[in-house]
Amino acid sequence: MSNQDRPLSPHLLIYRPQLTSLLSITHRMTGAALAAGTLLLVYWLVAAATGEAAFETARAVIGSFIGRLFLFGWSFALFYHLCNGIRHLFWDMGYGLELPALYRSGWVMLAAAVALTLASWIAGYATAGSM
Amino acid sequence: MSMRSPLGRVRGLGSARDGVGHWWAERMTAIALIPLVLWFVASVVTMTGADYATVRAWIASPVVAGLLVLLVVMTFTHGALGLQVIVEDYVHHEGAKLAALLAVKAFALLLGLTGVLAVLTILFGG
Repeated sequence: MSNQDRPLSPHLLIYRPQLTSLLSITHRMTGAALAAGTLLLVYWLVAAATGEAAFETARAVIGSFIGRLFLFGWSFALFYHLCNGIRHLFWDMGYGLELPALYRSGWVMLAAAVALTLASWIAGYATAGSM
Repeated sequence: MSMRSPLGRVRGLGSARDGVGHWWAERMTAIALIPLVLWFVASVVTMTGADYATVRAWIASPVVAGLLVLLVVMTFTHGALGLQVIVEDYVHHEGAKLAALLAVKAFALLLGLTGVLAVLTILFGG
């Protein structure tokens, strides 16, 4: 038997937001966003398997302004989750758990995610421009 | 002193009796996804704006098709494990939790299978 009204711990909302907690919840949010983003991956593969007309529709949808906006968001979510996931794997091995190291790796991870996102888009536009 | 290994002691524990298995599977799929995701993003970036024939020819290579199948399987396994934790953390009503967990597993299976079959269709359809 469970009591639905029992207090739940921890009371997150009484804490002042910190880099560590913000990066942590963002890891979860980017993970959920990426799960939704898999719809696009499957749609793209199915369109390519279906035929040229379906593929051209997919290309137009993904290449539209809204499509590119979603793709940009997903690419950042992907690089964020990837970089922070590697950070998690180091914690799992017992490395970098001291507070100064947590803050350092947090900023480095964030910078890497932003840099990888921008580099991908610059490279993508360079490829498209050279075609 | 116990003669059991630390892993042997924790296996089978947790509220669902398989907490370590879940934790381990999430890490293994995460490690597999690091090179797969980097390869996929690099490939897609170099194919920005590529036409139908180019993309079909790329997927139709056995190496690429194999890596894509691995990417899809690892992505949906890792995603389902992650979404399961989110559901278990925030949905406290037993009935709603069960329904949400079933929906997560069903969608992951359905979408993952569809993705794999799309890749195989291109591989074997030329």
